[in-house]
Formats: sequence, structure tokens, C-alpha cells
Amino acid sequence: MNIAMLVFIACGVMAIVGAIALILAREPVHSALALVLVMISLAILYLLLGAAFIAAIQILVYAGAIMVLFVFVIMLLNAGVEVRTNVSRLAKWVGLPLGIFFLVEMTYSLFREYGGRASVAGGAAAPVPASTQDLSIKLFTEFVLPFELTSILILIAILGALVLAKRES
Amino acid sequence: MVPISYYLILSAVLFGLGVIGFVFKRNIITIFMAIELMLNAVNLAFVAFSREFNQLDGLIFVFFVIVVAAAEAAVGLAIVMVIARNRKSLNVEDVNLLKF
Repeated sequence: MNIAMLVFIACGVMAIVGAIALILAREPVHSALALVLVMISLAILYLLLGAAFIAAIQILVYAGAIMVLFVFVIMLLNAGVEVRTNVSRLAKWVGLPLGIFFLVEMTYSLFREYGGRASVAGGAAAPVPASTQDLSIKLFTEFVLPFELTSILILIAILGALVLAKRES
Repeated sequence: MVPISYYLILSAVLFGLGVIGFVFKRNIITIFMAIELMLNAVNLAFVAFSREFNQLDGLIFVFFVIVVAAAEAAVGLAIVMVIARNRKSLNVEDVNLLKF
């Protein structure tokens, strides 16, 4: 039981607790806070995996920008306690068992496929952590077309959000 | 060090919880959050595989997933605002024009 394992267990438990709290919380603001908890623990896990850049943008973009957007909309719409309607019988007797079955099946198949593998970075040739420099060189050479396309995507998203949110006069 | 299977199982559990939240939540904003949770779970699997196989492509993909998630959140929340304005409610059961 080394320190990486301890950090993984701590962050993993934190992420799962946050995800369960997201589902169980009645107030949307509480769900948003739980989601921030999940994102921060995932950022620590990315650091553990040696992806420092991804961890940084996880904090900046996800826990920062996107969650601020969510909290902003919750505030603007004055979203209160979720009305608990009676869940349809189909959802309760078919949906929940199928959801749990899906979870168990995915866990089992992943474990069967990768359970016997050597640990991450545990082999003879331990991979170096992905440096931001390597990542950006790859991003601006091999993936430069998708990168430019995402800028168009963001532009369209901005325009779309503006048009949708505009009050018709 | 931590075996990759642990990361993948954590990712699968988070994705499953996201699916359950997506199906069972009634508030449209919380449903959006469940979608973000699923995207995050997939990102974790990408980063773990990228580390395991020592390939940077997984990290690039995570980058693009985050960009698309940001765009999706912006447009999606604008749609939520329009729905809330027209229906005066955030409950998805009130949005049933297309329901069979």
C-alpha cells in the first residue's frame, strides 16, 4: 500500500460520494457542489496519472467555467427544491435493475480485460509524464485541423446561446 | 502504483451513476449535470489508457471532449432558460409535447 494507492482510494471515494450526492440531492445547488467535488477529485487523479495539463484545464474549464455557468443558471431561474414526482413503475422495476446491471457488467468486463495487466507506469519502461510541451506540439501539428474546427464550434455555440437566450421583442 | 483496472472501474462506476442520475432526476439542470458526470467518467478512462499505452492521443481527445462539453453546456443551458421561460417550470415532465 503505497502513497499513490492511498491518494487514488481517497480521490476515488470522494468522486463516488460526490456522484451519489449529485443524484440524491434535492436542491440543484447542492448537486452542483457535489459535481464540483467530483471534478476536483478527478483533477487530482489526472495529476496522479501524470497529466498535469489536463488536470489544470479540468480545474479551470470544468470546475471553473462550466460550473459557474451552471450555478449562474440555477440562480437566474431561481431553481428550488426538485418536485418529487412518483417515478413511473417502468422506471422503477425495469430502469433501476437495468442501470445496476449495466454498471456491474461494465465493471466486470473491464476487470476481466485489464485486471491482469501490470500497473500503470509499473513496468520496466516507465512512461514519462506527458509534458505540456509534447502535448501542445502534437496539438498544433498533427491535430491542428480539429483544433481550428473547435474554435468554429465555440463561435457557433456562443452565437447559438445568444440567439436562444435573447428575449423576443 | 495503481493498476489501470482500478481507474477503469472507477470510470465505469462514475459513468453508471451518471446514467442513473440522467434517468431518475426530474430537474432539467441536474440532468445536465449528470451528462457532465458521464463525460468526466469517459475522460478518466481516456487519461488512464493514455498513460497505460504511453500515447498522447488520449490526452488530446480529452482536451477536445472538454471543449465540446463547454460548448454543449453553453447551448444546453440557453435551451434550459428558454424552456423555463416558456413552461415556467424546470421539471422535465412538464416538457411533454413530443411525448407519445
